[in-house]
Amino acid sequence: MSTNPWDPARAPLRPTLHDSMQGISAEALLSLRADMLRFAKLQLRNTETAEDLVQESIEVALRKSSSFAGQSTLKTWVFAILRNRIIDHLRQASRTVTMSSLVDDDDDWQQNLEALFNERGHWRDGPRPTAWPDPEQAMQTRQFWVVFETCLDHLPPATGRVFMMREFLGFESDEICNQLGITTSNCHVILHRARLKLRTCMDNGWGRPEGASC
Amino acid sequence: MLSCKEATEICSAEMERPLKLREQLSMRTHLMICRGCTNYHKQMKTLRQVMRTYAEGKAHTGKSGADGDG
Repeated sequence: MSTNPWDPARAPLRPTLHDSMQGISAEALLSLRADMLRFAKLQLRNTETAEDLVQESIEVALRKSSSFAGQSTLKTWVFAILRNRIIDHLRQASRTVTMSSLVDDDDDWQQNLEALFNERGHWRDGPRPTAWPDPEQAMQTRQFWVVFETCLDHLPPATGRVFMMREFLGFESDEICNQLGITTSNCHVILHRARLKLRTCMDNGWGRPEGASC
Repeated sequence: MLSCKEATEICSAEMERPLKLREQLSMRTHLMICRGCTNYHKQMKTLRQVMRTYAEGKAHTGKSGADGDG
C-alpha cells in the first residue's frame, strides 16, 4: 500500500494520463473528491486521515477502473470503495485506540432530548411530530441535502460516529458493539438518541416550512 | 399503556432487531391512538431511506443545481 504514484506532494491527478481509460476519467473522479472528503470527515472526525483515505480510494478506483462495469454510477462505485476503506480503517483503529473515548458524549444534549417529552413521557405540544412533506420530492433538491448534512454534522461526535457506522457504513449493530466494546443495549440507546436528534433537526430545518435552524 | 417516549425507543429497536410479540402489540395499539408517534414511526423509515440514498452517493449534494447531475 506504500507505492503511491502521486507522491510526493499529493499533486492533483492529471486528467490526460487517464483519459483513455475505459469509462472513467481522472477528471470525473476528482470532481467527486469534495463529496468524498465530506463523507470521510464526518465519519472519522479527523481531516488528515480522511484525506489519506480519500486519496487512496481515488488511486484504487483508477487502478481498478477496468472493473467498473458502468452498471452503477461512477459515484456509487467510488463511494463503495471509500466506504470499504473507512471500514478497514475503523477495524484497525478499534484495536489500537481506547474505544471508550469514542462512545461517550456529555449529558447536555441528552437532557435536551428528554425535554421533548412531558413528565408522563408524552410528546410536548411543540415537538410533537407532524407529517413531513413528500420526502421523495425533497430528496431531488440540493437544499434538502444541505439541511441533512448540517444535521449529521450536529450530532455529538461519539454519537455521530456510532450512527454513521450503522447507517452510513452499514455495520450491523452487533458488530458495532464488538468493535467499540460496548453492550448491545448501550449501542441501541446511542442509536435511538441519534435518530431522535436527527429527526428533530430535520424537522426544524426542513420538515416544518416555518422552521429555520437546527 | 406505552408512553410516547417508550414508543420512540421501540421505533428505534425495530430497526435493530425483530420486536417481541408484546412490543409489537403495544406498539400497534399505541400507534392507533397517537398521531405524533405515527408520524415519528414513518419519519424513522424516511430517515433510513434518506441515509441509504446518501450512503450510496446518490444525494444531490454537488455544486450543480436542483436538477442534479443525472
